[in-house]
Amino acid sequence: MSKNAKHSDVFESHKRLEKSVTLLAVATFVVVAIGGIVEIAPLFWIDNTIEKVEGMRPYTPLEQVGRDIYVREGCYLCHSQMIRPFRDEVERYGHYSLAAESMYDHPFQWGSKRTGPDLARVGGKYSDDWHVRHLKAPRSVVPESIMPNYSFLADTMVNVPDPGANLTALRRVGVPYSDTDIAQAKADLYAQADPQADAGDLAARYPKSQIRDYDGDPTRVTEMDALVAYLQMLGTLVDVNSAAAQEQLTREVGR
Amino acid sequence: MEAVVKRLGVWALVLLAAIAAIALTPDSGFAVHMGIVALVAVILIVATVTRYDPMARAQGIFKMPPGPSRYDDDVIRWGVIATMFWGLAGLLVGVVIAGQLAFPWLNLEPYLNFGRLRPLHTSAVIFAFGGNALIATSFYVVQRTCRTTLAFPQMARFVFWGYQLFIVLAATGYLLGITQSKEYAEPEWYVDLWLTVVWLCYLAVFVGTLVRRHEPHIYVANWFYLAFIVTIAMLHVVNNLAIPVSFLGSKSYSAFAGVQDALTQWWYGHNAVGFFLTAGFLAMMYYFVPKQAGRPVYSYRLSIIHFWSLIFLYIWAGPHHLHYTALPDWAQTLGMVFSVMLWMPSWGGMINGLMTLNGAWDKVRTDPIIRMMVMALAFYGMSTFEGPMLSIKAVNSLSHYTDWTIGHVHSGALGWNGMITFACVYYLVPRLWQKDRLYSLRMINWHFWLATLGIVFYASSMWVAGITQGLMWREYGADGYLVNSFVDTVAALHPMYVLRMVGGLMYLSGAIIMAYNIWMTIAGHLRVEAPMGDTAHDAAADRPIVSPPHAQPAE
Repeated sequence: MSKNAKHSDVFESHKRLEKSVTLLAVATFVVVAIGGIVEIAPLFWIDNTIEKVEGMRPYTPLEQVGRDIYVREGCYLCHSQMIRPFRDEVERYGHYSLAAESMYDHPFQWGSKRTGPDLARVGGKYSDDWHVRHLKAPRSVVPESIMPNYSFLADTMVNVPDPGANLTALRRVGVPYSDTDIAQAKADLYAQADPQADAGDLAARYPKSQIRDYDGDPTRVTEMDALVAYLQMLGTLVDVNSAAAQEQLTREVGR
Repeated sequence: MEAVVKRLGVWALVLLAAIAAIALTPDSGFAVHMGIVALVAVILIVATVTRYDPMARAQGIFKMPPGPSRYDDDVIRWGVIATMFWGLAGLLVGVVIAGQLAFPWLNLEPYLNFGRLRPLHTSAVIFAFGGNALIATSFYVVQRTCRTTLAFPQMARFVFWGYQLFIVLAATGYLLGITQSKEYAEPEWYVDLWLTVVWLCYLAVFVGTLVRRHEPHIYVANWFYLAFIVTIAMLHVVNNLAIPVSFLGSKSYSAFAGVQDALTQWWYGHNAVGFFLTAGFLAMMYYFVPKQAGRPVYSYRLSIIHFWSLIFLYIWAGPHHLHYTALPDWAQTLGMVFSVMLWMPSWGGMINGLMTLNGAWDKVRTDPIIRMMVMALAFYGMSTFEGPMLSIKAVNSLSHYTDWTIGHVHSGALGWNGMITFACVYYLVPRLWQKDRLYSLRMINWHFWLATLGIVFYASSMWVAGITQGLMWREYGADGYLVNSFVDTVAALHPMYVLRMVGGLMYLSGAIIMAYNIWMTIAGHLRVEAPMGDTAHDAAADRPIVSPPHAQPAE
């Protein structure tokens, strides 16, 4: 009896909420805010969210243009960039992905569906020529493929009004580009895809950057150059199998 | 007159700004978008100058009842038509991209490649079809349950048209390659800002109407609508925080990177499901199911528990989209635990809806609209069981990245959101256009069966595809090597992709029948047809025997 009375009190007092828009709206907002605050906020200040590994650097201007094309064409809708720590995935694609490997990814490209294979470590697995032929006509190299053709990329010049502005925007959201990187952005962009041009200290500022013509036509810098440059560097920055990296990983707690 | 001049000035300024943006921007996609804005401004200037009243003209075309009705229903009538239009568009694009996965030559580069059409499909069905249904029904329900007309009627019209502009900018943007690549939040920064303005106006109209209510209590459907509007505002603003490269270009970069960006996105993404596709549509259920059944909601207390537990638990479930990724384990586990708990409030809501039919279960046989609502609730129950199951890490390790997820989403979207929306539109059209009844009830029956069979084809083919793919990826031979190359798994799915397209086509044909039915109802026609659910009656046999037949001797 007393238990029932107590219960109906709870439901009685709910009537106060039902009679006031303000109370109802505020209570709703508080209730829906809690989950996000508890789950997301700590990721910004808990130390071991992103492990410290050697080798990560911001994208070169050409790679970043390639990445923007990857985003524009919706590649992430069919290709993930996140290898899970399972035996079959590690054997198929390589070492499982580390959080640090996407620390400069605005936005992240982990993906949610594998209609095609994972691309997190596709860099260096195929030749530039294979990539160009595959992007132009996927079924010419993989007959069972269901990927769309992207031949227009080879005929479209890279057209970024001000590559420095893109790097500036990225610096504002936290990517550590130096003033030199931003001033040199346009020169870097074209120099990386043109073996004739003087790349200056590009390779020093962006370690492991690959300077060469990608699309088979050294006379011009196309979107194909940029996209292949991006694909060829994916997963190549961190040497996950090096002793130091392995030692670092074994010390990780809670992963 | 002064008001007209003032309005002209505002539109002229918008036009000038748009033209300046077109002239200055080096970004062709952005220029197209500003062209659309300029076109809207020109239409509005012409409309203002000539005092040509496009609303009256359109009301003529769509045969809307003239003059003010008791409630402010113009926006709702527009919303119902927009729901039908965008629904057909979104389903059609869905069938096209399903076809592209089975027959890749259907990709027409660059504008009609799968990667650009897929966000068009998802946004068209979720935000254009679902969003218009939510705006229209929320304005309908809030007026009826508060016994008052809409607050800020002009703003309500702005909400409708502003939302359509958002849809057009988003949809054309995807085809032009303007996207920030966050699933279900693809539109770029300026379109996001526009939606924020529209959404705050929507909140103002809705809350303003609640404040004007003549009923002491706020009805349960309105709690759900309010939670949906408030939460979507929060999710939209946080997930779309970005720095544009230039104010004269479409490109922007997300404020977050990597892990943080991933969790923010799926906190948004899962709650776009939780609040847009669940809370909002539950609000529709809480009004339209009792209305159509002629029965009160089953339990008031259950609806209180349902409401608070659902909105509290849903927010936590986002990390289950990131199982076994580089997201820290504690966040994944938290996401899994809350997702499993979410099963309970979800089924609480389903029970509250289904039990509302207590005492009216016979209507499932005779009333095709009720039958659609029951099927919607059944699919809601099924997909809210499947969801928690897929969020368990062991299950997810198999299902993630496969078509099982796609099948799960569609049993919820086609079964729950689609069916309940169709039922509500069938309920609304005769009332909004003041007709005695729909053009045809038997066509609803056809629609019901086509849609149900379509979903069965869709969901079962995707279950088979997903589990096949997941098992083939991890299959090891006796020699200790992986058995299948990736492309083997692609080739194996071809028959399933064809079956899925067939299911989609059936669902689309059901919707086309519905569009015809709605159109004829609005036009004022009534189809001559046998009523549904009558007991068989043979008039010839219904008479006394006048001369009893003589007994026949057996051979």
